[in-house]
Amino acid sequence: MTINATFIGQIIVFLILLWVIAKYVTPAMAAEIDARNRKIADGLAAAEKGQKDLADATTRADAIIREARERAKQIEDQAARRSNEAVDAAKQLAQTEGARIVSAAREEAASETTRARDALRKEFGTLVVTGASRLLEREVDAKAHAQLLDKLADEIARG
Amino acid sequence: MATEAAHGESPTDYIVHHLTHLKVGSGFWTFHVDTLLVSASLALLVAVMLVRAARVKSNGAPSGLRAFVEWVYEFVDGNVADIYHGNRAFLVALGMTLFTWVVAMNAMDLLPLDLPGGIASMLGADYFRVVPTADLNGTVAMAIVVLVLIVGYAIRAKGVGGYLHEWIAAPFGSNPILWIPNIFLNAVELIAKPVSLSMRLFGNMYAGEILFMLIALLGMAFAASIGGVALFVGQVIFGAAWAVFHILIVLLQAYIFMVLPVVYISMAEEHH
Repeated sequence: MTINATFIGQIIVFLILLWVIAKYVTPAMAAEIDARNRKIADGLAAAEKGQKDLADATTRADAIIREARERAKQIEDQAARRSNEAVDAAKQLAQTEGARIVSAAREEAASETTRARDALRKEFGTLVVTGASRLLEREVDAKAHAQLLDKLADEIARG
Repeated sequence: MATEAAHGESPTDYIVHHLTHLKVGSGFWTFHVDTLLVSASLALLVAVMLVRAARVKSNGAPSGLRAFVEWVYEFVDGNVADIYHGNRAFLVALGMTLFTWVVAMNAMDLLPLDLPGGIASMLGADYFRVVPTADLNGTVAMAIVVLVLIVGYAIRAKGVGGYLHEWIAAPFGSNPILWIPNIFLNAVELIAKPVSLSMRLFGNMYAGEILFMLIALLGMAFAASIGGVALFVGQVIFGAAWAVFHILIVLLQAYIFMVLPVVYISMAEEHH
């Protein structure tokens, strides 16, 4: 265990190794490990932000859905009210229309009755004249007695 | 190598053989070829592994070698960050260098005791010690670099004047009578750091190596005695147990050698 010139050689070897490591190894390692640590930190931050965004979006979506539900309910109520109104209106319309049709029919029937009665009277008048002429056994001079006949027919018709 | 011992080598010869470096030169200018070769090869291995891992461009989770190196990096970075509160880029590189390289060198202790020497003798080398951190030169070299860095960081933080002033004025006060005690105490404090740093690692690895040798000798006695089967079983059991325990020492000593320089540098920047 003597000290001799060997240690000088050992110092040189040590310094060369130290230089190589200080120049080519530790700076590269430090740079890359730092970069990786930063990347991991960024990734974690991004994940956290994503989660927060998701929570926000869920809250917003819930609000939108609640609002939509409320609106749908409103629309439903409105539609029900409208349809009730429409049914009421249609009922009313149908009633008036029905009344109108009934009254028109009634009028028609009345005028038809009148017309039939007139026709019957006219025919009866003619029959009466024919019967009277047969009773008199002579031809009634239509021309001579036209005035009389018409008056008679009028009376029958009126009466 | 149990075979070598069986050919009449005494236990002392065996241990001395294993504690002898392969060297060139003489006097101070002796070079331990084994220490230099192994530590430089391991430095190359560590450098190639780390640079390759650092070059991987991964977008996303790292895998394989990259993940392993990042794990080591974050371990070192976390330790340095706990201790030092300035710009720690260089100290992380220092800690990374010390930790990875010292782990690699310490781990050589876990190789089969006679394998490296056996291979070396096949290649014509008589001796080969494979654990560079069990060579005081290996640990002192790193401690000297750390010492220079301690002084350098102190001067950077306080200026040359401030640093020199601390040598004479701290810790007792700036009265001229106290200058000598101050300088003495500061010298002891400064020198104690690299000495304890290098001695601690060297001592642990050297002791670990010796214990492996003693356990190996236990098995070698197997050939020489009748009841020796028990000794062989003992070698296997103790060897395995010590190897497992030594994994802890390998990592623990490397960890200590990474943390203490950062602590010392951090202390050197404090004002007294």
